[in-house]
Amino acid sequence: MLHLALFLIFGVIAVAGAINLVAQTHPINSALSLVVVMAALAAEYLLLGAEFLAAIQVIVYAGAIMVLFVFTIMLLNAGAEEHTRGSKVALIIGVPGLIIGSITVAWALIHAHIGAEVPVGSLYGSAQGIGHLLFRDFLLPFEITSVLILIAIMGAVVLARRES
Amino acid sequence: MVPISYYLVLSAILFALGVLGFLIKRNIITIFMSIELMLNAVNLSFVAFAAYWHALSGQVFVFFVMVVAAAEAAVGLAIIIAVFRTRQTLNPDRVNLLKL
Repeated sequence: MLHLALFLIFGVIAVAGAINLVAQTHPINSALSLVVVMAALAAEYLLLGAEFLAAIQVIVYAGAIMVLFVFTIMLLNAGAEEHTRGSKVALIIGVPGLIIGSITVAWALIHAHIGAEVPVGSLYGSAQGIGHLLFRDFLLPFEITSVLILIAIMGAVVLARRES
Repeated sequence: MVPISYYLVLSAILFALGVLGFLIKRNIITIFMSIELMLNAVNLSFVAFAAYWHALSGQVFVFFVMVVAAAEAAVGLAIIIAVFRTRQTLNPDRVNLLKL
């Protein structure tokens, strides 16, 4: 019961933050709403037992990545977005597509018979367990990830460099 | 106890809001943030299924998604800075030439 209440509270916070992200016109407000969404999702991870992921979510996502976003917004001195007319194609194709898509997803979730419930209170996503898995079974993807990060760093430096 | 379908519904709502923001926003940084929101929604369903199957590998996948998101944010924001330097605008409607 308490678990359900916590799920609903943080779920409502996450959805409200996401709606605010879309509704705001100034990018800095959207960025702060995204931080709210990520913090609420970290709480949801905790409810699911993934304690280490919750910490990483706050540190990496809400911390590092969002600081990068806020830094860029302030560096570029981005103002409120300009208002432009929406395209007709979006209205003709997008709205029916959205309705059909949501009906399909709702139908699939209702008829999927995933009635099983998630266990509560078992914090099995510890740093030790994830570390064992990451450095044994997923060692090759982990090493490839380091190459990806290296390429991303070099790409960012080259792209953001001022033309001489 | 919460049914896993509740988590999936929350994930679907967040993903749909991300798609909506991606389609209707007129600021390239906000569009980028919508992409991050979609990645977060997918992460939530990964963690929910990991708890459901008692499989830790779902959480490891979330790690890889986070790493790719971080790399994407670094490169994407560098591209935004480069575009802004040449165009002086953040509106993607005005960025319609590949030529700098």
